[in-house]
Amino acid sequence: MGGTSSKLPKDLLSEYQELTFLTKQEILLAHKIFSELQGGENGPYSSRVSMQKILTLPELKANPFRKRLCHVFSTSDMKDGSLNFEDFLDLLSAFSDSATLEIKSHYAFRIFDFDDDGTLDARDLEKLVNCLTGETDNTRLTAEEMRQLISNILEESDIDKDGTVNLSEFQHVISRSPDFVSSFKIVL
Amino acid sequence: MQEKRQEKQQRLQQGGALTGWGLWRLNVHRSLKRLKEDGMDVLSSLQLWRADIHLIEGMFGTGILSYFSFLRFLVLLNFIMFLLMFVFVMLPMIITSHSAHNVTYSSSSNGNHTHTHTHTHLSVTHTHSHTHHSVRHTHTPLRYTHTSLSAAGFKRKLIQDEDRFQSFCNKVFAGWDFCITNENAARLKQSSLLYELKMDLEEERIKRKMANRTRGEKCRIYALRAALNLFVMAVLVACFYCIYMATVFSQRKQAEDQKSNFLLELVVEYLPSIVITLANFITPLIFNLIINFEDYSPAFEIRFTLMRCVFMRLASIGVLLFSLWDQITSCRNSGCPCGYNHQLYPCWETHIGQEMYKLVIFDFLIIAAVIIFVEFPRKIIVNYCDCGLVKWWGQQEFAIPQNVLEIVYGQTICWIGTFYCPLLPAINTVKYILVFYLKKVSLVTNCRPATRPFRASSSNFFFLVVLLIGLALASVPVIVSIAEIRSSRACGPFMSYNTSWEVVPRVVSQLPPSLCSFLQALASEAFAVSFFVITCLGMFYVIALAGAHKRVIEHLRDQLAMVSLHMMMMIASVLSDHFLISVQQKL
Repeated sequence: MGGTSSKLPKDLLSEYQELTFLTKQEILLAHKIFSELQGGENGPYSSRVSMQKILTLPELKANPFRKRLCHVFSTSDMKDGSLNFEDFLDLLSAFSDSATLEIKSHYAFRIFDFDDDGTLDARDLEKLVNCLTGETDNTRLTAEEMRQLISNILEESDIDKDGTVNLSEFQHVISRSPDFVSSFKIVL
Repeated sequence: MQEKRQEKQQRLQQGGALTGWGLWRLNVHRSLKRLKEDGMDVLSSLQLWRADIHLIEGMFGTGILSYFSFLRFLVLLNFIMFLLMFVFVMLPMIITSHSAHNVTYSSSSNGNHTHTHTHTHLSVTHTHSHTHHSVRHTHTPLRYTHTSLSAAGFKRKLIQDEDRFQSFCNKVFAGWDFCITNENAARLKQSSLLYELKMDLEEERIKRKMANRTRGEKCRIYALRAALNLFVMAVLVACFYCIYMATVFSQRKQAEDQKSNFLLELVVEYLPSIVITLANFITPLIFNLIINFEDYSPAFEIRFTLMRCVFMRLASIGVLLFSLWDQITSCRNSGCPCGYNHQLYPCWETHIGQEMYKLVIFDFLIIAAVIIFVEFPRKIIVNYCDCGLVKWWGQQEFAIPQNVLEIVYGQTICWIGTFYCPLLPAINTVKYILVFYLKKVSLVTNCRPATRPFRASSSNFFFLVVLLIGLALASVPVIVSIAEIRSSRACGPFMSYNTSWEVVPRVVSQLPPSLCSFLQALASEAFAVSFFVITCLGMFYVIALAGAHKRVIEHLRDQLAMVSLHMMMMIASVLSDHFLISVQQKL
């Protein structure tokens, strides 16, 4: 991929600095990486990169939630998980060091909501646990253990006892969790 | 991003056009924020070993990262201590050694018989000058900063550990480390999460089973536990006795000053260190074996074994110091005229400094030897040999608690020895830098991550607690020796004083009278007692407040459940009314 990389204009750079939690260095690095993904084409601000190409990034390759990440941050009309540069910046901003707990927990909720219905029910939780432990048969919990685990989670987090975890219950649980902020982080 | 732009436009429109003054203030605020961000960027790029630690984080996750961050923290701590020591102790000494001053000390024939002795006795590490009393002030600020750091960590851990009920949600919602970039590491993280969840679920089942134990079973288990604890204490007492005998033997052999084989001499000199290292190697194996019979829940087993290992490590240093003290203050006839054995130990402070220095060096040699002669061959054997025994032994695991105990042990020895040997922090800094690189190389080439995952959040608290215990242990012998034991007459800056502590009152009395009376008021009993009472009151108030808040939270939670139940009942009743009305209308 030869060719000159297009530089980010200063006014766009300062606008991105205002609208995201990223520093100038991080935005420039993201721009460089995104241009490489596009193969050096011009005008990266609105054109989209397909999900397969995004998933080749080293930061996302090993992540079991990578497809959900692309779906959540994608603003494409075709709902195919493709990201443009601004979506990419949104993703990095939500996962940066300086993002607030509310932003992170909001996006975490959307990522864990596999069926996109606005609540985490037992099926979502089961898929979540399977993502965490591995997709093959011998790396899953048994059905009995899964049932016990899901009932424990609902007992801890479901305050209004309706069998699902909604956004505010999720945010309440996350606020008491000491590991969340340090693990919900992606650094390029 | 589009939504953020629209929201920004909306907000600007609602706010109206900013006047010149408001616009200027906003711009200043923005540029200050950007300046601060750039400053933080520069500072973080100057951070020691940033690239190495980032690599480790990507490969092994945040658990092992916390160990290396802790090691980096200790390197910086030692470096700062070295700088303070250098500025307050050695610089004045070097400056005044050019001017004539009559510090005489008689080096007796016992003092210089081996290579280490000659080096340490006469070098700048041990000659003090009259301005040495300022070193007192370097210890206390360091100790205050350390205690305040650990107090902050303790407070956070106490608040966040309040609900043990949160553990499942924490593991599932915050379980995945998004920093992991290596596919191998991701697979290992998944298997460790699986293991952790299975363990927690099993522990819950065991707890339920334990609650249903019969009385006969409980008696049997308690009796077994008491017997095993007695056995553990017997093992500990045996180890301490071995250390005591080894120290006594080593001191006596050195005092005899018989020229013999160089290797034998070396072994005799380092005998206490060898015995301590052996004891610290064998006892964790015994503890791991015993805990299987005591029938505790798995999480408690880990914690209890760790506590025993911590106690063993730190108590062995205590026993060594006690045996040294015993040797120093015991004379052939009953009672020593000078308060210490001035024939064998004319400069006893130097002697203690030497023992600590030997321990530090030996500790480093053991760490290097284990890495080179055990871990690398193990990796080679496991890779190329295929027999069953080798497969069961498996690849090396990076056991975080044991490694942390190792470096805290080294740091405790350094703290004890710093008062007697001012260059010890510098030696320790160099040692920990080398240990960092050795451990990193060993980790990357030989190890797989621990199957028992180590929580990153609670680990910082655990490290600081163990370090604090080490600090407390280190300060006890130093304080006792400053306050109680007669300082040596032959060398050192405290020659003319009875005990080393006497320097402080004498210096304070030389200060201007107002400052003097202020300091005396601070040290008086009235102030101390009232300060203590106020602190206790403050603590009780905070505890009561926490309890009250917890009760309010429970109450609100119940109310919330009740409200949603009421809502559902209301909806059900409205729907049923609606249904009845529509049926009536049809009829």
